[in-house]
Amino acid sequence: MRIAVCIKQVPDSWAEKKMLGGVLDRASVDAVLNDLDEYAVEEALRIVEASSPTKEAGEGSGHTITLISMGPERATEAIRKALSMGADEAIHISDEALAGSDALATSLVLSKVIADGGFDLVLCGTESTDARMSVIPAMLAQRLGWAQLTFAGSVKVDPGDSKVSIARSTEFGIENMEASFPALISVIEKINEPRYPSFKGIMAAKKKTITTKLLSDIGLSGDLVGNKAAWSTVKDALPRPARTTGVKVEDGGNGGGELVDFLLEKRVI
Amino acid sequence: MSEVLILVDAVDGKVAKSTGELATYAKAIGKVNAVLFDEALVPQLSAYAIDNVIICKGIDVTKFSPAPIAQSLAQIAKSKSAAAVLITSSAKGKEIAGRLAVITESGIITDASAIDSELITTQLVFGGSTTVHAAVTHGISIVTLRSNSIEPLAGSATPTTEEFVPEISDSAKLAVVTSTEPAVKGGRPELTEASIVISGGRGTNGDFKPVEAFADILGAAVGASRAATDAGWYPHTHQVGQTGKTVSPQLYVACGISGAIQHRAGMQTSKMIVAINKDAEAPIFELADYGVIGDLFNVLPQATAAIAAKRA
Repeated sequence: MRIAVCIKQVPDSWAEKKMLGGVLDRASVDAVLNDLDEYAVEEALRIVEASSPTKEAGEGSGHTITLISMGPERATEAIRKALSMGADEAIHISDEALAGSDALATSLVLSKVIADGGFDLVLCGTESTDARMSVIPAMLAQRLGWAQLTFAGSVKVDPGDSKVSIARSTEFGIENMEASFPALISVIEKINEPRYPSFKGIMAAKKKTITTKLLSDIGLSGDLVGNKAAWSTVKDALPRPARTTGVKVEDGGNGGGELVDFLLEKRVI
Repeated sequence: MSEVLILVDAVDGKVAKSTGELATYAKAIGKVNAVLFDEALVPQLSAYAIDNVIICKGIDVTKFSPAPIAQSLAQIAKSKSAAAVLITSSAKGKEIAGRLAVITESGIITDASAIDSELITTQLVFGGSTTVHAAVTHGISIVTLRSNSIEPLAGSATPTTEEFVPEISDSAKLAVVTSTEPAVKGGRPELTEASIVISGGRGTNGDFKPVEAFADILGAAVGASRAATDAGWYPHTHQVGQTGKTVSPQLYVACGISGAIQHRAGMQTSKMIVAINKDAEAPIFELADYGVIGDLFNVLPQATAAIAAKRA
């Protein structure tokens, strides 16, 4: 099997963020591998391990895991982290023209790379913790004309039959779904526990290939991407007044009762 | 007058209130066309400000992923020359909107808390610390709106109805639903739709019983901080925060939660915030309209008992 995992470098989700000129100020915060993408990398490793004669990913497994990431030059840090978990190689699309791309342009670029790669399965996290739109996996499936198996809480792959089934987790319960290869999968947080890169993995990742591509290398014009080509525009972004701090009382023995009195007085319960 | 499409949302055969919210926003823009795939829901739509109902026939959308719904909406939007398509900001709603944007070559805005008559959206980002006004600049305005953001207008007349038979491509039927398992009903409302949310964090030490008891007497949903879900104390599906769900209830009660930015990002836009924490310096108190410095294991049972006593 040829498996791809889409990953993104994002500002640390534990850090404070702000806007600069209508876009997210990315320079002022630490950048990390999107938490939610780690589950997709982990699941790809588990899929390969389950069908590898050596029970391990990598050379000798007969399968490959390729990371695909779009982002500025420093996104290589996040890519190295995912490589150190055990992915085999990476394609990094990095081009100045991409800055400020919306979800439509991002999905266009990623779908182009996926279509050229001859993959059987593509895995994604459900969303990035910075933009939080949660639309890229569905957009990719639409652009590629592939089966969409998203919000998977479990994934079962049958490489012999080229089939994959998932348990799709929705607000209303579980939908069990299946499709033939190729399929676009997104995985939710509860699917697995992502591994920490081992020392051996970190050393091996340094030797793995990251192929950097410009837009021209994937046959896309710069006119279709970036902030200027975005199909939505921010009119203004204003800091909201901080919430005014309210009453703070020490529990003197009847803290619960006083709380209920406050809530009743404010008519919220 | 502009034509606006809204996608009807239903749970267990009941049209969700979010449908009425979409209709209310759409009414300010133009003629409200509600699109649905289950004809049995039509009578319930009179409750909301809907002018026309479009019943899609010939496709069982429960058998497939969101693809056929997006394809149907795209065809209806084209035939009506719709100015906007409004969809509820659920996980599935956003998937449908994303596919629709690709098919119709239109811009998309997700998680808006409002859209006005000029199609300008309002979004609260970075955990509610920043208000963003934005607009789609290409194609149809495809916007997903958060539930609980407006009081639905009541309907004044029975809407007209029409039927539509979409052409669904084979590629939209590649992923097939083989079976479904309904959500285990805990008797509690859905986290993002609840008007009251009671959340527990590290301070629960893994014991959510007092949090659940307080939630149950108020008919509230239960949430959890990432610290609590990462420790395995509560399911990930209940996580409120930057990497979990964003909630905006009338009342949010944070119990034993310090209030890291990770958590604040998911609850900061709640109308009223109450915090219960042993640590007087916990940052959650900066947001709280009412803060109790105390042990949640004393405060919550006492509050639960106080409510029970007042109702007796």
